Amino acid sequence: MDFATFLQISDTALRFATPLLLACLAGLFSERAGIFDIGLEGKMLMAAMSAGAVAAMTGSVLLGLFAAILGSLMFAAVHGLASITFRGNQLIAGVALNFVASGITVLIAESMFGQGGRTPPLTGAARFANIDLPFAETLRAVPVLGPFYAEVVSGHTILVYVALALVPISWWVLYRTRFGLRLRAVGENPASVDTAGVSVVQLRFSAVIIAGVLCGLAGAYMSTGLQAGFGREMTAGRGYIALAALIFAKWRPWQALWATLLFGFLQALALRPDVVESMTRVAIPVPFLDALPYILTVIVLAGFVGKAIPPRAGGEPYVKER
Amino acid sequence: MTKLPTWADVGLVPLISLTLAALVSAGVLLAIGQSPMQALTVMVNGALGSSYAWGYTLYYATSFIFTGLAVTVAFHAGLFNIGGEGQAQLGGLGVALVCLALPWPHWTIALLAAMFGAALFGAAWAAIPAYLQAKRGSHIVITTIMFNYIAAALLIYLLVNVLRPDGQMDPASANFPASAHLPQFQEIPILQGLFQRFGADGLPRLNAQGMPMYQQVPANVTFLIAILACVLVWVMLWHTRLGFAIRAFGKSEKAAVYAGISPLRIIMIAMLISGALAGLMAINNVMGQSERLVQNSASGAGFIGIAVALMGRNHPLGIFLAAVLFGFLFQGGAALGLETDIPIELRTVVQGLVILFTGALDQMVRMLLGAFFAKKGAT
Repeated sequence: MDFATFLQISDTALRFATPLLLACLAGLFSERAGIFDIGLEGKMLMAAMSAGAVAAMTGSVLLGLFAAILGSLMFAAVHGLASITFRGNQLIAGVALNFVASGITVLIAESMFGQGGRTPPLTGAARFANIDLPFAETLRAVPVLGPFYAEVVSGHTILVYVALALVPISWWVLYRTRFGLRLRAVGENPASVDTAGVSVVQLRFSAVIIAGVLCGLAGAYMSTGLQAGFGREMTAGRGYIALAALIFAKWRPWQALWATLLFGFLQALALRPDVVESMTRVAIPVPFLDALPYILTVIVLAGFVGKAIPPRAGGEPYVKER
Repeated sequence: MTKLPTWADVGLVPLISLTLAALVSAGVLLAIGQSPMQALTVMVNGALGSSYAWGYTLYYATSFIFTGLAVTVAFHAGLFNIGGEGQAQLGGLGVALVCLALPWPHWTIALLAAMFGAALFGAAWAAIPAYLQAKRGSHIVITTIMFNYIAAALLIYLLVNVLRPDGQMDPASANFPASAHLPQFQEIPILQGLFQRFGADGLPRLNAQGMPMYQQVPANVTFLIAILACVLVWVMLWHTRLGFAIRAFGKSEKAAVYAGISPLRIIMIAMLISGALAGLMAINNVMGQSERLVQNSASGAGFIGIAVALMGRNHPLGIFLAAVLFGFLFQGGAALGLETDIPIELRTVVQGLVILFTGALDQMVRMLLGAFFAKKGAT
């Protein structure tokens, strides 16, 4: 693989990693608060449809983004209601919401636009524009780093940079604020948080809402940044890959960035089997590359590469002692 | 919270959950400007209105019985097996390998061998997540989801690169030999009359040989095997030592260990049975219907098994009824897609809502009912 190809693939990798990263951070907040979230996929899908539909109708991508967050939050609210208020099974709630999202997005898009469950192609202000970072062209002359900056780092939509900025922000919120400490505590030992006089329900709901907003961003990026419009099942399992990345990252923000970049790189490589073949000198089947994030996650889960320990109170509804 | 009477817990809770799911679905239809009544009429006619419609409804139900039982057996051991989809696809691979291996002399022998292949491959695909759960504590929900995707990738590879006959474009295996053809309902003598075709004049239509013609339906002898599987799972869970151990382990791991039940053994056995049942679904769709292995052969039935098991309250009888209900939903949804402007995806929404109300919001229904029963008890 020559340097130009590497840059090209890295650029695609960053695009592919962005929705994974946003969804992964969503899962991070939710699961750190003790709410397992299988429903990342459904929330992203709902957000992608909402963004695509509203952006197509109004021609404004910002309104689309707003709709995406709203759509995702509706699903997050149901998830919170089922798993916090009514102490239902969090996993089943997530699975259920994924199904509802998979069907209802097509139903709504079809009844609004009648184009077989797609939203009309977006152009101009209805999409997020690519941003050229300052000095991208001037610095291009600098060996190695210059082209990397100009080709890979620069020239993405605002959501890519928002996603990257959210990594240190998430770290700061989780590890350096009172809210973050309580959030992590509620995922490990909710009874202790309750004893300290802090509402478990309120904390868990705020975590679920943060997850909803982040999935909204991820979905909006899918239909208005990565692609120009919503298509049925367009998230194509990304919610589950994000879940895998979260385990791979052992529920930590910086590691989430590396994990999603790795998985994004694998997705980008799967589009270029010729490059893979020239590198390894054996024909590697594309399906194998597609499956690699899942295989890696199973290996991590099996504890062969360090141990992935989930938050201790994850998945358990909290019942106040009487 | 008031404890509900058993009849209310077993009968009323799922019924109310189902009603809520139906009401929300009707609301969705109204919201997109469609008539729920018209939708229901089309669905009932398309799925239950004729023996031909039943031939499809029961075909889908057969698949859902297997995947529903698969989820249930794991559930009783306290394991949530979301991997039914992947296990069913691997089961399909087992069926295809068996059916293509030999020129089978008779369908009964082919069926027995294919059942073995399906169960073996399905169980094998469940074995790895089971082992990782039992030995290394890897969460089975996540590993089985991962294995669904790995299964899909593996099958795409095998269908494109290995099983596809030369010169064929679509990624699918070769057609199975005619001797591996399972009798469908219109080929079973006592049912045959139901599917006879009649001309506009009301007389039976005859083919070139002067024999009566029959409508083709995909429902096949596997339906009977599915019923048998319900009975066997019921016997296994409630009338054998193993079933007792599985249920005890699912209720309380600590108590089970204290009683000398090995967690490793129970997790492995429960998941192997679960995977085998999910795999067995393939004799219905791969051997009984498509008669070759195609991509995405399970087409979501593995996931519907979750809804079926929840709706059927993890009891084989309940699963049978819930599977027929989902068969109705699946076939009725297809009729909607053909005859109305309502997209076929409505059935995915209803499926999700049923899972939501029966599996995650069941406490809400119980609380409501509990309040009602408490009031009744007070007067």
